[in-house]
Amino acid sequence: GKNEYDLLVIGGGSGGLACAKEAAQFGRKVAVLDYVEPSPQGTKWGLGGTCVNVGCIPKKLMHQAALLGSALKDAQHYGWNIAQPVHHTWSVMAQAVQNYVKSLNWGHRVQLQDKKVKYFNLKGSFSDSHTIRGLTKAGKETIVTAENIVIATGGRPKYPTHVAGALEYGITSDDLFWLKESPGKTLTPFVFNVSLECAGFLTGIGLDTTVMMRSIPLRGFDQQMASLVTEHMESYGTKFLKRCFPTTVEKLENNRLQVTWKNTDLGTEETDSFDTVMWAVGRAPDTETLNLETVGVKTNSETGKIIVDASEATSVPHIYAVGDITEGRPELTPTAIAAGKLLAQRLFGQSSELMDYDNVPTTVFTPLEYGCVGLSEEAAVQCYGSDNIEVYHAYYKPLEFTVAERDASQCYMKMVCLREREQRILGLHFIGPNAGEVIQGFALGIKCGATYPQLMKTIGIHPTCAEEITKLHITKRSGLDATVTGC
Amino acid sequence: DYDLIVIGGGSGGLACSKEAATLGKKVMVLDYVVPTPLGTSWGLGGTCVNVGCIPKKLMHQAALLGQALQDSRKYGWQYEEQVKHNWEVMVEAIQNYIGSLNWGYRVSLREKSVTYLNSYGEFIEPHKIKATNRKGQVTYHTAETFVLATGERPRYLGIPGDKEYCITSDDLFSLPYCPGKTLVVGASYVALECAGFLAGLGLDVTVMVRSILLRGFDQEMAEKVGAHMETHGVKFIRKFVPVQASASFRLKVTAKSTEGPEIFEEEYNTVLIAVGRDACTRSIGLETIGVKINEKNGKVPVNDEEQTNVPYVYAIGDILDGKLELTPVAIQAGKLLARRLYGGSSTKCDYINVPTTVFTPLEYGSCGLAEERAIEEYGKQNLEVYHSLFWPLEWTVPGRDNNTCYAKIICSKHDNNRVIGFHVLGPNAGEITQGFAAAIKCGLTKELLDETIGIHPTCGEVFTTMDITKSSGQDITQRGC
Repeated sequence: GKNEYDLLVIGGGSGGLACAKEAAQFGRKVAVLDYVEPSPQGTKWGLGGTCVNVGCIPKKLMHQAALLGSALKDAQHYGWNIAQPVHHTWSVMAQAVQNYVKSLNWGHRVQLQDKKVKYFNLKGSFSDSHTIRGLTKAGKETIVTAENIVIATGGRPKYPTHVAGALEYGITSDDLFWLKESPGKTLTPFVFNVSLECAGFLTGIGLDTTVMMRSIPLRGFDQQMASLVTEHMESYGTKFLKRCFPTTVEKLENNRLQVTWKNTDLGTEETDSFDTVMWAVGRAPDTETLNLETVGVKTNSETGKIIVDASEATSVPHIYAVGDITEGRPELTPTAIAAGKLLAQRLFGQSSELMDYDNVPTTVFTPLEYGCVGLSEEAAVQCYGSDNIEVYHAYYKPLEFTVAERDASQCYMKMVCLREREQRILGLHFIGPNAGEVIQGFALGIKCGATYPQLMKTIGIHPTCAEEITKLHITKRSGLDATVTGC
Repeated sequence: DYDLIVIGGGSGGLACSKEAATLGKKVMVLDYVVPTPLGTSWGLGGTCVNVGCIPKKLMHQAALLGQALQDSRKYGWQYEEQVKHNWEVMVEAIQNYIGSLNWGYRVSLREKSVTYLNSYGEFIEPHKIKATNRKGQVTYHTAETFVLATGERPRYLGIPGDKEYCITSDDLFSLPYCPGKTLVVGASYVALECAGFLAGLGLDVTVMVRSILLRGFDQEMAEKVGAHMETHGVKFIRKFVPVQASASFRLKVTAKSTEGPEIFEEEYNTVLIAVGRDACTRSIGLETIGVKINEKNGKVPVNDEEQTNVPYVYAIGDILDGKLELTPVAIQAGKLLARRLYGGSSTKCDYINVPTTVFTPLEYGSCGLAEERAIEEYGKQNLEVYHSLFWPLEWTVPGRDNNTCYAKIICSKHDNNRVIGFHVLGPNAGEITQGFAAAIKCGLTKELLDETIGIHPTCGEVFTTMDITKSSGQDITQRGC
């Protein structure tokens, strides 16, 4: 018979909602299913997906709380008289952040209503390629049929498989942002952006925080920049246990956690107690309960992510996927949103525009932020050979750090260019305050095919940190001191 | 005696002289600060370092930190309720930093073997100047080429009491006592930036404006800048001009309306005059060697290679007629000039699409044309203006200023929707605008903006998702993610 909806989106996160709302603009009958399986610790949340509830938004707000802690210290140098002691109360911050997130959940529901998109708070799975079976928490069933289906169920944090007690006693980022009480002395094992960002703001609000890493930090990112980031965090007060991995987590009588780990450098076993252990092992795509095998949607055997082509189509006609769930795509909110919108425009708006995943800028919101766009230095070397690239770099000091007497040792930027005539820019990397704001415009420049000479022709805005990018002239090759001196 | 003598040791002058020295030339720099009526003076480095960009941004930062203190409580930080600001602590810290910069410049000149004279330079005959130091000692020097980089100084009002009782930005940044209740006269970016940070430090501030705010800037943006300052406690008295300043217990200012007979009188601790700056070209002997200046504003007209009407005399920086008064422009012009003179280069300074930022409490960054200029040049029907309000994520928790930050781009329809004007009102406007200025240099279009992925969550990303045009008349009020 006829399908109830033109489009059914499974997953009400960044990608899903963007796709659904765009499709509705074309006058289509659209429905969204969103359901949050509680975390092992029992945490759950409302409509909006990872970004809004347990990702970008609460993360950046807590990062801001930490930055404000630094601002309080700076302020005294600038003449503000603040009586000691200054301390931070987790519950005030958490309540404020959680309230804001809830207002966003509400906002999303209102938006869907305004755009006449039907919203189901149901857990969906495939019955056939046009039919979804939705279940409530209590197990009540609703059947929904649609001409086109978009899978946008995102991912959830993984737990380590070989660590006893990991699941029972540890939490993940899914839980951290919803804690009502302070996490206290925290250990974050393994290292992806999430754990560094979280460890960073936990340190910033005054908590005893340790990061444990088995090998390299920020895998996939430029490694020189990654080490500057962790170097800064170390001087900022975050403890690092390098080349270590946890073996067991036990609960103690006073409700604290005893963690044992192997130090691969020394070949020893070590142990310490913490209030909280937050795993940041990576994220796994949320596909298990979708019943993809029934309809034949192919996934990558290693990652479990859904395989899609350049038009976001899966192996099954009329079934598409966008966002973190898709194989080979960056796990970022703005790419999911753009992909979702373009997909809707292609399905219903007579557009043929495909998503461009090249040169997507990103920022890691560690205490000293790291923004980048394009290739890392090692990727550029691999791609073109070190003889064919030129790396311009500089250590600089933000003006605001001077009076505040803050250490700027890790404030650094580098531009990787092709060496031949035009000197096209392959990658730009910046560590410093407001890295996201700095990089955004340059990402556009790179989209316009910016070359090194063009950047040098651009006049700087004074005084800013970003202007130093337009003044980069010392190459790594020259071996000269790359510290920016004076005005 | 010299290949090059540069008169003026500011942003432009120092950049030019150092570059020329690097290229192997014998260079001299003269720098001399005529004390203000109040007696304020400063060291090597020019306006930017001593009484401009640097202290301005640091005081702006002090004010922003005051706001951060308020926000921090909403983010869970707790400390004693009463927080006051100590002006003297701030000025001392800033002056110490400036002192280190003055020192750094002297070292840098020495390292590059540039001769530095702390003397007032004047032309007495072709290729020859007379240099007078503070003690009145005179020396004479000749050079093949001269560069004028004497910059500007604040203009006074020409009313009774202005020089005796009022101060300017030349005095403000090293003022040894807190200015207290302040009247700022003027609506230049200097006036608004100073009024802004003074208010942010907790002072009672009033701005007296003769007509419009930020003349020369996009007026829609200028009004938004002013409106934000007003909602945050800065008082504005519009369409009045002071006619007299006299001393009683405090400073009494008498002002007249520009539209009628109305008189305004009020007392202040400090009156800061910020009505514009005049070029320092009138008493350096330019007439003696025939260098023409624009009689109206005192500025020096030059060709596109910064050359005056006298072939061996060049000019750079704020004294140029018709060019932007910005440090980075002066530096770039100075460097390129030296390279053209001595390095065999032919690259000229590119004055097109120079980005700027006004560091008012709500910062305003821009690159390209103001909307009214664009309409004048292209015609309204040939433009598409996209705009959006936005709420920085960091302001949500403290619940401040929703639907206040604003982003606007002006596109030329007949040129592929090329971005010819970029305007942003919000925190870190300078950091945001810089990259976009580079993109505009590379021919940024609306399509490229739409194709670029935003960084989330930032303010800058708003430019990658702008859908609403002014012509559509649609509401841009923000309601959520």
